[in-house]
Amino acid sequence: MKLNKTVLALAISAVILSGCSEDEKDASLVDGTQNAASGINDASTSGFNNGAGVSGSEMGGSGMYPNAGIGPEFSDPNNPLSKSTIYFMLDSSQVQDDFVPVIAAHAQYLLAHPDQHVVMEGHGDERGSREYNIALGEQRAKSVASMMKVQGVADGQLNVVSYGEEKPASFEHDEASWELNRRVELVYQGK
Amino acid sequence: MNFFRKILLMCLVGFYVPSSYAELTIEITEGIESALPISVVPFAMQGPSGVPVDVSFIVDADLGRSGYFKTLDKQSMPGRPSTAEEVQFKDWQAIGQNYLVIGQVTEDRGQYNVQFQLFDVYKSGQLMGFRMTSSAADLRRTAHHISDLIFEKLTGKKGVFSGRIAYINSSRQGRQSNHMLQISDADGFNAQTIASSVEPLMSPAWSPDGRKIAYVSFEKKSAAIYIQTLATGDRARVAEFPGINGAPSWSPDGTKLALTLSKDGSPDIYTLNLLTRSLTKLTNSFAIDTEPTWSPDGSSIVFTSDRGGKPQLYIMSSQGGEQKRLTFSGSYNARASFSPDGKNIAMVHGNGSDYRIAVMDMATKSVNVITDGRSDESPSFAPNGSTILYASRKGNVAYLSAVSLDGKMQQKLVFDSNDIREPAWSP
Repeated sequence: MKLNKTVLALAISAVILSGCSEDEKDASLVDGTQNAASGINDASTSGFNNGAGVSGSEMGGSGMYPNAGIGPEFSDPNNPLSKSTIYFMLDSSQVQDDFVPVIAAHAQYLLAHPDQHVVMEGHGDERGSREYNIALGEQRAKSVASMMKVQGVADGQLNVVSYGEEKPASFEHDEASWELNRRVELVYQGK
Repeated sequence: MNFFRKILLMCLVGFYVPSSYAELTIEITEGIESALPISVVPFAMQGPSGVPVDVSFIVDADLGRSGYFKTLDKQSMPGRPSTAEEVQFKDWQAIGQNYLVIGQVTEDRGQYNVQFQLFDVYKSGQLMGFRMTSSAADLRRTAHHISDLIFEKLTGKKGVFSGRIAYINSSRQGRQSNHMLQISDADGFNAQTIASSVEPLMSPAWSPDGRKIAYVSFEKKSAAIYIQTLATGDRARVAEFPGINGAPSWSPDGTKLALTLSKDGSPDIYTLNLLTRSLTKLTNSFAIDTEPTWSPDGSSIVFTSDRGGKPQLYIMSSQGGEQKRLTFSGSYNARASFSPDGKNIAMVHGNGSDYRIAVMDMATKSVNVITDGRSDESPSFAPNGSTILYASRKGNVAYLSAVSLDGKMQQKLVFDSNDIREPAWSP
């Protein structure tokens, strides 16, 4: 039905309308045709809802202990495994000293559980350009991954994805939020 | 075969239901002082069932929004002529109007005949007159086309009112986000969602013929680049390597895509031949190389790299080879966009705390910062090169804004969404 519109091209016929002055000659009208209003008016594409079964499930950062389902140690506040987010300084992908023991604990866990897989999601704050922040987020995730590999974790247990600034943990637009958003989240995939 | 498939697809999909009306307000935050006074008299409308779109209102809004014109409100008009015979030039001269637009819209068996005339008030003469036929659905486009004709006649520059913009629009409920790739008219109306996902969508890029859009989707929880054909909605996944698949940019001839991949380690610039699907690696640094953009003649690619410590712009041949640093002022220069004539590039320019849009003259390499926001990003040139569309943010509201190349004219486009970004002006 919408196809008709393409066929019924917007026809423009330039005609001389009655002018009323000595300039009328200059006003002689141009022959013009406008192309059919093709394209997106007819595109009823709309969304692709296949999203690979991604429904309302939240990604990391939900609740206190996002990996609690993996084992009891992940929700024990005295266990470093309960920490699953590594924070970074502005424009940096260097792991700060505070987080070295956290990464070491996860590495030990993965070594002891070779059937477990973890995705390291790299994120950035909203400042600067978006694709550059994707690259920065990946560098952050990769520096966490490389620390784990140094401790012997198998490549196959580790996966890296960067969301840049596209999935903030905090939605405000101030320094406090930016600090929370410059992060790598460790998301266990279960067995 | 293909043709029938298209028809079938359209029948299946049915008619489009607007997913969101971009109810838009435009604030001209700064105008140029030399704006030309013009009166767009409400067009006479005739038809048994009325005219669904106020054509003259749209023309008035377009011209006013351009910053080049100062339009007259209806109440101040000395008359409502709709034919040349009814025009009393002296009345319009008396109130300082330079130009006058009159017109009529007449319904004729479901179609609309739209005619307008543009007059020079002081010379008491017609400058232009057109008559066009439009379906009801195309009346808005017809109005924008009229604006383009008037704009070009009076400024000598191509109008951009008939163009479209693509952008990413997100909505959020709690922690659940929905991301939409939308296309609207240049004034924000007729917004249509062409892709949506609960996972992020990014970096829309128009093909040079305006028929396709390349973009990044995380719908599979990892990045992939898709090319979607607008008329059919068909799409193809063209890059899905381990790691980053990002920053797609079309070559001017439409045969290649420059993109960022990190499959070999650090992010590097590649070109993907869209016919053969062959990949060519253009950069090979240990640093971040991303955000490639082609010069309009296709000879060079400008990209962002932090190989010198901070992100700066570099330039190389589109075949690869030597890479030269382009930007030296400011601690952060990224996301370049070429002007259509290749003489300028717009970029995101950071000075440590604020990120603004800057324009570099490619001949002199001088850089001029043209916006004053705190987080301005994603500059995109209008096809006539006179305006740059970009994304900005104030408080919790993310919006699109347009600025003239010299920074003197600014307009803010406010959609009914609080999170709208990454605008890309259609070719």
